[in-house]
Amino acid sequence: MKYDVCNARLIKSKEIAKGIFDFVIECPQLAQKAQAGQFAHIAVPGKTLRRPISICDATDQTLRIVFQIKGEGTQILSETKVGESIDILAPLGHGFTIPKGKKIAFVGGGIGVPPMLYSAKRADNAVAILGFRNKDAVILEEDFKSVCSKVYVATDDGSYGIHGFTTDILKDVIDEVDMVCSCGPTPMLKALAAICKEHNTPCQVSLEERMGCGIGACLVCACKTLDKNGNVEHSHVCKKGPVYNAEEVVW
Amino acid sequence: MADLKVKVAGVEFNNPLIAASGTFGFGREYSEFYPLSTLGGISCKGITLQARPGNPAPRIAETPSGILNAVGLQNPGVDHFVKEDLPWLKEQNTVIIANIAGNSYDDYCKMAEKLSDTAVDMIELNISCPNVKSGGVQFGTSCESVGAITKAVRKYCKKPLIIKLSPNVTDIVSIAQSAEAEGADAISMINTLTGMRIDINTGRPIIRNNTGGLSGPAVFPVAVRMVYQVAQAVNIPIIGMGGISTWQDAAEMLIAGATALQIGTVLFKDPYAPVKINKGLNEFLDSKGIKSVTELTKTIKPW
Repeated sequence: MKYDVCNARLIKSKEIAKGIFDFVIECPQLAQKAQAGQFAHIAVPGKTLRRPISICDATDQTLRIVFQIKGEGTQILSETKVGESIDILAPLGHGFTIPKGKKIAFVGGGIGVPPMLYSAKRADNAVAILGFRNKDAVILEEDFKSVCSKVYVATDDGSYGIHGFTTDILKDVIDEVDMVCSCGPTPMLKALAAICKEHNTPCQVSLEERMGCGIGACLVCACKTLDKNGNVEHSHVCKKGPVYNAEEVVW
Repeated sequence: MADLKVKVAGVEFNNPLIAASGTFGFGREYSEFYPLSTLGGISCKGITLQARPGNPAPRIAETPSGILNAVGLQNPGVDHFVKEDLPWLKEQNTVIIANIAGNSYDDYCKMAEKLSDTAVDMIELNISCPNVKSGGVQFGTSCESVGAITKAVRKYCKKPLIIKLSPNVTDIVSIAQSAEAEGADAISMINTLTGMRIDINTGRPIIRNNTGGLSGPAVFPVAVRMVYQVAQAVNIPIIGMGGISTWQDAAEMLIAGATALQIGTVLFKDPYAPVKINKGLNEFLDSKGIKSVTELTKTIKPW
């Protein structure tokens, strides 16, 4: 069977920035299948829907997720204690395609940064461009440094790293890279996609939408994309996505 | 081991659990969890004469003990269903119910006629979708319109015909009676209750369609009440649904008057819910010394 639900033990929990939690979950049978850019669909006690959370990293034994408290569900999830179990359906969705031998820029904005880590790990030559609101929101910089040839950090207010946006940095480095992979707020993705198009650089984007089943059956997480004949369709972020070629997305 | 087999309008189901339309697509995704024969049947995603793109997102919002959805009948159209999905579905050893929605009498009749010449086991008339401008619920909210659409489709429908009722009505009992009087073979109920959530920071409804259909445990008591009332008033079988999440809910809905059950929203959190509900039902029946699940139906003893 392709899908599996697992009651997995939380083995590490840390608040790495205000309201942002770093969980390591022991679930070998799921972790070994995880690909860059896929997500985990996590059940939260007392809530009707699972929470889709991108996979930040994976080993043979563990999945790592980094998530932000956005509402009651993620608040409850954040209160899970080490040793307790988490009901997890993973790995789901279509992830990043990381070709061999290429130099790839991994661009993350805010809580879109975590899924870029496992993706960057898979690349032969990774450059990370990470954008945050301010110094206090900066996460995972050291993790990226350990797997990337170069890491740029930008903050909106200039309180840390480069004062500016990920798009500003990408403009400077785009001629050095073969491909761009990105996750973050939609306006950022849209701007990145435009820059890539101008430079004829392939770009993959990871989209987000309110989700139901997580496997493509309930059809709620629709986004406008182009089908193979170039017609606009509603495809589903949980199954055809979350990662799309930027040219497929109707912004 | 009790016997979980049930019969609705002459069609035999291996157990009373049917996947509810709109929550299960055309079955392929859930077949990656377990064989679809785990279910008594599948009510397929609502289909229309022509393909429909559905509503813009967001299409879902969580609510206390439930969800609102407004997918807007996104589907590939009846011909695509018959050609691409039905042959595969028919190999899954479970009852296949085609759920159809339309803009006009003509749409419903054409689809019923088309599907009557296929291998679908039953047809479920969706006259209760609250999430499209035209296409369903306008046929489902008065005795006259339900009677008229049932009568019209009946002429073209050679399969057992299920009428799926909306709870967003003044008197669901008389509507069910109208469907029965015009030749419905069974009733399925309830579709979702219309609802709304608003983002207090933006003033915008969370769902792009503004309103959506409420489902999940929040609606279960409403569904039980309505199934009970309708079961007292009609002689055709009822497929009960609305928030069933546990085997206890399943037993309760059967006792209220349902012959078979549909489950939907619970699958999003627990894809294995059908396995657990069947197991729980079986143990419950054994503990009560009841040999067949059919013996539970309408055993309610109202005060």
